[in-house]
Amino acid sequence: MVEPQRAARQFSPWLDAWRRFRRHRLAVASAVILVAMILSILFAPLLWKVAINDIDFTARMQTPSWQHPFGTDDLGQDLLARMLYGGRISLAVGLSAMVVALTVGTIIGAVAGMSRRWVGPALMWLTDLFLSLPALPLLLLVIYLFRDALKAAFGPEGGVFVMIVVVIGGLRWMPVARLVRAQFLSLREKEFVEAARALGASKVRQVVRHILPNALGPVIVAATIDVAAAIIAESTLSFLGLGFPPDIPTWGRILYDAKDYLDIAPHWALFPGAAIFLTVLSINFIGDGLRDALDPRRVM
Amino acid sequence: MTVMGRYLLRRLLIAIPSLLGISVVLFTVLALAPGDPFGELATNPSIPPEVRMALREKFGIDDPVAIRYVRWITAMLQGDWGFSFASRINVDTLILQRLPATLFVIGSAQVLALMIAIPVGVYAATRPYSLFDQISSTLAFVGFSLPTFFTGLLLILIFSVQLDWLPFVYRADIDATGWRWYWEHFRQAVMPITVLGLFLGASMTRYVRSAVLDVIRLDYVTTARAKGLGERVVIVKHVVRNALIPVVTLVALQMPAIFGGAIVTEQIFRIPGIGSLLISAILANDTPVIMAVTFVFACLVVFFNLIADVLYGWLDPRITLA
Repeated sequence: MVEPQRAARQFSPWLDAWRRFRRHRLAVASAVILVAMILSILFAPLLWKVAINDIDFTARMQTPSWQHPFGTDDLGQDLLARMLYGGRISLAVGLSAMVVALTVGTIIGAVAGMSRRWVGPALMWLTDLFLSLPALPLLLLVIYLFRDALKAAFGPEGGVFVMIVVVIGGLRWMPVARLVRAQFLSLREKEFVEAARALGASKVRQVVRHILPNALGPVIVAATIDVAAAIIAESTLSFLGLGFPPDIPTWGRILYDAKDYLDIAPHWALFPGAAIFLTVLSINFIGDGLRDALDPRRVM
Repeated sequence: MTVMGRYLLRRLLIAIPSLLGISVVLFTVLALAPGDPFGELATNPSIPPEVRMALREKFGIDDPVAIRYVRWITAMLQGDWGFSFASRINVDTLILQRLPATLFVIGSAQVLALMIAIPVGVYAATRPYSLFDQISSTLAFVGFSLPTFFTGLLLILIFSVQLDWLPFVYRADIDATGWRWYWEHFRQAVMPITVLGLFLGASMTRYVRSAVLDVIRLDYVTTARAKGLGERVVIVKHVVRNALIPVVTLVALQMPAIFGGAIVTEQIFRIPGIGSLLISAILANDTPVIMAVTFVFACLVVFFNLIADVLYGWLDPRITLA
């Protein structure tokens, strides 16, 4: 008899997840939009070779035209070039802050979920404490206090980048920690983990080989949402004039510069605002689709 | 002591450690920060080292961190919040001047958010996966993906610049009396409250929807229907009342995010609240004000969590009060 190889190959949890993800039409559309935005942010500067700081006083605050597809700002700088540059920073901040939040959250959640004595409750108390911290005021406070020192250590661009990533990540780990702990508490009592324990697997091996891979689904969903939250946080800081320095045109910074010219040059504010909105919206929809795909218990 | 009184006391006792914890975090950030408040004196040749050392000793800068923390927290608790370098008045008077505007905007936005979220969320949950449900959940996604600073600018662009209906600068001193004063106040408050209210309402709609969905399939709802009660009575009197209990907690948990939104909104519309005070203090390097405002925000968060806990215990008799 011929082995039914095709049927056997078609089953895999990831393929299954992909099938569920595909059913969320808005999530698929968002994924296409986001990929298109990322590709244009990465590769369009190779084609659109206008410098971000090319000052041209004869072309101030122009509306979109063929020469300047997104118009120009008050110094006659090309907005398309500035937005492509800013997009790289926004996405880099979002992804790096997510990695920080995910790492801290997973470690704290894992330790709390594995401990059987006082460590778990203590870490959860800390998590709840951080959850009730007002994030934006604290973010502003930290930036105010540490700005100059970091600028001296990493240079103006790198210093602000490191600080914003660490602080946003450091104030966003709590949901991940709670999630990971809840998953660990139920997984560590499952038979397959008990079997591994009975075979003499060390705690680290139990976690890394057996528990963590099974807790991954909800964590990936939370990580997606965290990217969106970090992008909003960075844009908010820049919009308040307290994020990146003026010569680094992140989307929030462009909005900050544009907000006093709403009556003469509305396009200047609309393009970066729409870019932030579109990015965050598509990431959130992708997160929703991933929830359907990776966290099947929550689907009705 | 009554059961409720003991419950209140217990909640208060739980709130105190978290307030202390927050103050420790704030103080640690301040203590870790580089820079010496007397650094400038060291480079000033006209001040002899002995005077500098005496000053350092007087303000206790070289004391251990723990002692400095205790001194700082006792001063904060006694209402001695320092002196604003920029505004030339005491920090506590400054904050008390600014606090009402912030609380007014946040409170009204919260009311607006509930007025949107409860009807929409309940209606969507009674008809899950209907067209209304799909549209409302998509709009909710759009609502909380729109950053407050962008909605604020959009509203200004539409209603102040294009249509010229509403003023975009918030004024604390309106030169009008009687009904005219209320009308002017209403006109200038519409946009900030809408921005914040829509943002909060969007995520709250989702909470309400899922809370109602959790309740609507329970047996007692079927019983109520089997008794022959009308659908309206079942939903309003039996389902919504129970579904809103977890929503109370979620409203309180959202508080930190609300303050973030309030800072942005106050900055856009130039509302004289504590959020815009924080930004201007940061731009003016006014450390006492920055520390105090951050602390006030933290206290407000803990306070609202406490209120939510108390409401929760009062609304849900299943919670053990003892």
